[in-house]
Amino acid sequence: MSDYLFLIPSLPLLGALLCGILHARGGKARDLAGPVANLAVLGSFLVAVLAFLEIRGHEAEALVYEGFTWIHTGTLLLPFKLHLDALSGFMALIVTGVGLLIHFYSIGYMAHDEGRAKYFAYLNLFVFAMSLLILGANLPLLFVGWEGVGAMSYLLIGFWYDKEGGWPAVAGQKAFIANRVGDMGFLIGMFLLFTNFGTLDVAAMKEAPALSGGVATLICLLLFLGATGKSAQIPLFVWLPDAMAGPTPVSALIHAATMVTAGVYMVCRMSFLFVQSPTAMAVVAVVGAVTALLAGTIALAQRDLKKVLAYSTVSQLGYMFLACGVGAFSAAIFHVGTHAFFKALLFLGAGSVIHGMHEEQDAFRMGGLRRHMPITWITFLVGGLCLAGFPLTSGFFSKDEILWETVSSGGSAAYALWGLGALTALLTAFYTFRLVSLTFLGKERFDPGEVHPHESPWTMTLPLVILALLGLGGGLMGLPAVFVEDGNWIHHLLSPVLAEGRPFASEGGHGLDHAQEGLFMVYSSIIAVVGILAGLILYRNGPERMAGLAKTFRPVHVLLAGKWFVDEIYQVCILTPLAALSRFAGWFDLGIVDGLVNGLGRLFQGAGFLVRRVQDGHIQSYAMWMAGTTTVVLAWLVMQLW
Amino acid sequence: MIASILAVLPAAEGIPNPSIPTSWVLLLAALLFILGIYGFLVRRDLIVVFMSIELMLNAANLTFLAAARERMLDPEGQVYAIFVITVAAVEAAVGLALLIAWFRLRATLDVETAVELEG
Repeated sequence: MSDYLFLIPSLPLLGALLCGILHARGGKARDLAGPVANLAVLGSFLVAVLAFLEIRGHEAEALVYEGFTWIHTGTLLLPFKLHLDALSGFMALIVTGVGLLIHFYSIGYMAHDEGRAKYFAYLNLFVFAMSLLILGANLPLLFVGWEGVGAMSYLLIGFWYDKEGGWPAVAGQKAFIANRVGDMGFLIGMFLLFTNFGTLDVAAMKEAPALSGGVATLICLLLFLGATGKSAQIPLFVWLPDAMAGPTPVSALIHAATMVTAGVYMVCRMSFLFVQSPTAMAVVAVVGAVTALLAGTIALAQRDLKKVLAYSTVSQLGYMFLACGVGAFSAAIFHVGTHAFFKALLFLGAGSVIHGMHEEQDAFRMGGLRRHMPITWITFLVGGLCLAGFPLTSGFFSKDEILWETVSSGGSAAYALWGLGALTALLTAFYTFRLVSLTFLGKERFDPGEVHPHESPWTMTLPLVILALLGLGGGLMGLPAVFVEDGNWIHHLLSPVLAEGRPFASEGGHGLDHAQEGLFMVYSSIIAVVGILAGLILYRNGPERMAGLAKTFRPVHVLLAGKWFVDEIYQVCILTPLAALSRFAGWFDLGIVDGLVNGLGRLFQGAGFLVRRVQDGHIQSYAMWMAGTTTVVLAWLVMQLW
Repeated sequence: MIASILAVLPAAEGIPNPSIPTSWVLLLAALLFILGIYGFLVRRDLIVVFMSIELMLNAANLTFLAAARERMLDPEGQVYAIFVITVAAVEAAVGLALLIAWFRLRATLDVETAVELEG
């Protein structure tokens, strides 16, 4: 009996409906939206827990709910079918669980906003779409969720569309359009899958015989293009930092914990296909590693609290794809889970800081906040430690597992990828604690007479505390073999549903053993601690100390602060030519096409204008024409006779 | 005029009058037809225009009969003439009805006023 699965998406949908009605009622009714939305997600979470407990022990099996026939045309049969196995179950827990905490936090954060009921409606709709994405048993259903979360992301980024001169609305559009580029790849990939497998049901495709190498590579790369859009990887990562224009809980839920991991989830869901194509796996790994490093370097030079976190999200997502690329799918999902905890924590902490600082986001104008907001400070510190990979935190275990899986995947390429990953880890630790120092330590760099930082209400701090505990303890899900033999619970959970694949293994095989795993763990620890200390020491007295360094390496600083000018490059290389092409097309359409059609019309109009004078309405003139022409014709006939 | 019509008519014995050549009869028909066209084109009173049409119909009839006489009183041509007379009667009925309707509407029968269908 798994009919209750449909409750997981339905409850938030119902909640969204109710919130929408409450928004329309207006006034006091809008205060009810928060509790309603929270209850909906709570119900969804409880159902997910129930379902997850049911599949525990027999992970290879899946709960299936088959509803109505959604699309049936030709040979394409798509039922509305939900599918909960270990992978989607784990993801559903993350989404509804972290989602619930963020919903709860939002009650406090959005308490004074006019549009709070609308906000909760969007948030609930997001959970609905996200659970559909996760539970969809066939790719089109997954795609509906995929587009749904994209639409909600658009709406929530642009939630304050009238602030900052309309910038949030622009950022929302940017996110949506960047995603469309990826979606195109996803769609074409789906078409190819259908022509090759004749079905789009994931389980059925999994059972089908393997594809030939070239086709598999092409499909995987197209699907991966979709993933780069949703999960903000090179080349489509530019939208995520701008997505921070939305309310901070939205950044936490959508642009850190859940939606952006959808690409990773999709790649893992299709892992059986990806392992058929070592080429595609290599592309995934390299793109992931390079994105991780690139975003990490940009984060070094950002001043905006949320921008730093946004780039660190891009960077951490890069890690997840690196893990996918080297065939360590369970490590990727492990990192999805721990990242959801600590990044949601960091974003919510940032939200708490921004809330307490009266909408100030520039870390350079903060400092010393640990005295004013103790709970936020402690929890943010925990989140920072997790992100930096401080030993024994959840981030440490998941990141270390990715790095270990990378280096042990064999071949010289593995060492290069590990090098990128390790460098990124150093940068991550550094910029995280640069942020912690700038925000919470040192002297106050704001005017205490004007700004009175205060701790946030308990509705906001409670989720922080829970997430901090999860962040600290989350590593228990995947203890490495060095600590406890067979302690990697998440690996055991997920391995039955994920494919096995070592794209680089043929080059060198598993040359490294557990003793070395311990060694690499020590490396990771050293890297993290060095980065943390550097960040703490160099920025303990505010940004001035490092201003000299930034001046000395001015070109580098400009490059990093300017985000490698990727936006500008896209502007020049893609947007400007595209705009020129649009203008040309517009001119061609208006001038040539319309000109042709209108000109033809005008020709006939003019001809008609001339000819219509003949029809003057006088019977006698008609008769005159008739008599005249008849005479002429007759005369001609007579002439012929002669 | 009456004499010439009599001349065209067959004699009591059924023999056409040979002293009048067919070409004369045709010439007369042509004259009548031209008179009809002239009246139709020039006169502004709808009744007169209508009468001009009758004149043209009769010119056609005369032509039919002339041809029939030429072919030894071929009944075919005479039957056509009777057809034409019938149709002309019907047309007169409909046409006069239309004229009355028009007169009731406009209180005039000037053909120049009927220009509603100007292009």
